[in-house]
Amino acid sequence: MRGGTVRFVLRRLAQLVPVVLAIAALNFVLAKLAPGDAADILAGQMGHATLEFTEQLRREFGLDLPILEQFLAYMGRTARLDLGISLIQQQPVVELIADRLPATLLLMVTALVLAIATGVALGVAAARRQGTWVDNLISVSALLVYATPAFWLGLMLIVFFSIRLDLLPSGGMMQIGVAQTAIGKVLDVARHLILPAATLGLFYAAVYARLMRASMLEVYGLDFITTARAKGLSEGTIAWTHALRNALLPVVTLAGMQVGHLLGGSVLIETVFGWPGLGRLVFDALVQRDLNLLLGILFVSSVVVVLVNLAVDLVYGLLDPRITHK
Amino acid sequence: MNPLRAFWRRFRNNRAAVGGLVALAAVVALAIAGPMLYPVDPFDMVGQPSVPPGGEQVLGTDVAGRDVLAGLIHGGRVSLLIGFMASLAATLVGLVLGAVAGYYGGRIDDLIMRTTEFFLTIPSFVLAVVLVAIFSPTILNITVAIAVVSWPSVARLARAEFLAHRDREYVQGCRAIGMPDREIILLQILPNALPPVIVVSSLMVATAILTESGLSFLGLGDPNQVSWGYMIGVARSVLRTAWWMAAIPGAMIVVTVLAINLVGEGLNDALNPRLKQR
Repeated sequence: MRGGTVRFVLRRLAQLVPVVLAIAALNFVLAKLAPGDAADILAGQMGHATLEFTEQLRREFGLDLPILEQFLAYMGRTARLDLGISLIQQQPVVELIADRLPATLLLMVTALVLAIATGVALGVAAARRQGTWVDNLISVSALLVYATPAFWLGLMLIVFFSIRLDLLPSGGMMQIGVAQTAIGKVLDVARHLILPAATLGLFYAAVYARLMRASMLEVYGLDFITTARAKGLSEGTIAWTHALRNALLPVVTLAGMQVGHLLGGSVLIETVFGWPGLGRLVFDALVQRDLNLLLGILFVSSVVVVLVNLAVDLVYGLLDPRITHK
Repeated sequence: MNPLRAFWRRFRNNRAAVGGLVALAAVVALAIAGPMLYPVDPFDMVGQPSVPPGGEQVLGTDVAGRDVLAGLIHGGRVSLLIGFMASLAATLVGLVLGAVAGYYGGRIDDLIMRTTEFFLTIPSFVLAVVLVAIFSPTILNITVAIAVVSWPSVARLARAEFLAHRDREYVQGCRAIGMPDREIILLQILPNALPPVIVVSSLMVATAILTESGLSFLGLGDPNQVSWGYMIGVARSVLRTAWWMAAIPGAMIVVTVLAINLVGEGLNDALNPRLKQR
């Protein structure tokens, strides 16, 4: 069993290689499709560039080489995690991204945990009271949230909780000079995290609530639940210990599949709340037309999704021992 | 009974779907007929900036004194056009790829499905942002970018349907009488595979509208067109003093997307009646 798991992890890691190569290749193609290359952009920034100067830059960057050689050089650099220099901020793209990635991961993980906890609780509640007003209320709210653009919801939450009630900060990650101790800092970040994480998580909570409800109802129809009822177990025990674990699998699968979607959502939410993560960086790169940085972010975020998918595969095995890693 | 009438009868049974259809028809009518009934240019300065709703301009003016109602009408055109066209394009691409993969199987299936999974892995919104940023934000480019990130789910579904049908008896019969593959795919299997695909692509219109609003909120909308996301983006700077300016176009998005989702679920009940009897 243990050995099997190790082999499974190694095999899955090996499977990642072609995917990451494909992501890098896509990035290369996109960079080539863009009108104007790095030499044009740099020359443009200097303002007084001659044609000769641009050509010279092109030679320096190797942009005059045959496309296949450029491609191989690009793949070589990517393999060494060299994603080039941000043309505007004059810093390695990898450093810029590494600076911002933790904030994004914190936001994503918090939102996901909130979403799964809320979605599962509401889905179970709705399934146990199928057809009552509780069920209807949960279903209608889920439908409504499902149709709401998250970035707009964020703005409306700012209006209510930050502007009207003055309860929570409207943006940023921490207030400078407020917290002196480590615990104070953590609490300060947590306070700033509430609104963006709730905004980002709510959409997924709605999705998971609907899925969890359907999944619970399906499990309720199975024989082992009837057996549990016949044994005289309480409905609460049946729901939370017997049905839940089985009904949870589709939610975990979906949560894993939606990591890319979640990352895209956090681009918008970070922009709304000024959260200093990757999404904010996307916005800055857009404003400054920094394509190199933008492509770097696409690359890194894709790789993050691939890694999270791997993690989900492993969690899946923990939840359902029947699934063996062959 | 006439199949269209049977379809309508099943659709009508879902009252929420009928409500969604009415709301959607209203939004579409507003987008089509609005500019004639309310001929105000959404880019014209018609009054003081940030006038609240209820005055001379029914829904007020934005930060530059532009009419919010006119913006809603013209923005609706952009959102609906991009939503429907992107979904249509993604459905066509997904159907063709899914049909080929599911019907033929083997190497071509492997190739297509690996590509599909690859596109499902990449964060779709980030890819859409990059595509629009590279190819300048025009309505056509935004539509194409949304289609590029949307086709994989259709392809996967279509493949599963074609895979399920390719060895059925009626298909074997068609092969036995020497019907060419093209005819089997288009005339025999496609009509059977279409109902679930129609449901998914109708729901995709809603997702496409949400994606479009997100893009234009980030400033990646067509600069010559007003759109709902753009209006929210503009209103952001005055959130403190004029929250309604962001609230109105957002509410429009919610109504439209909700209506499309309800219609999509109604289509599901009407087109896949066997699934309903769970």
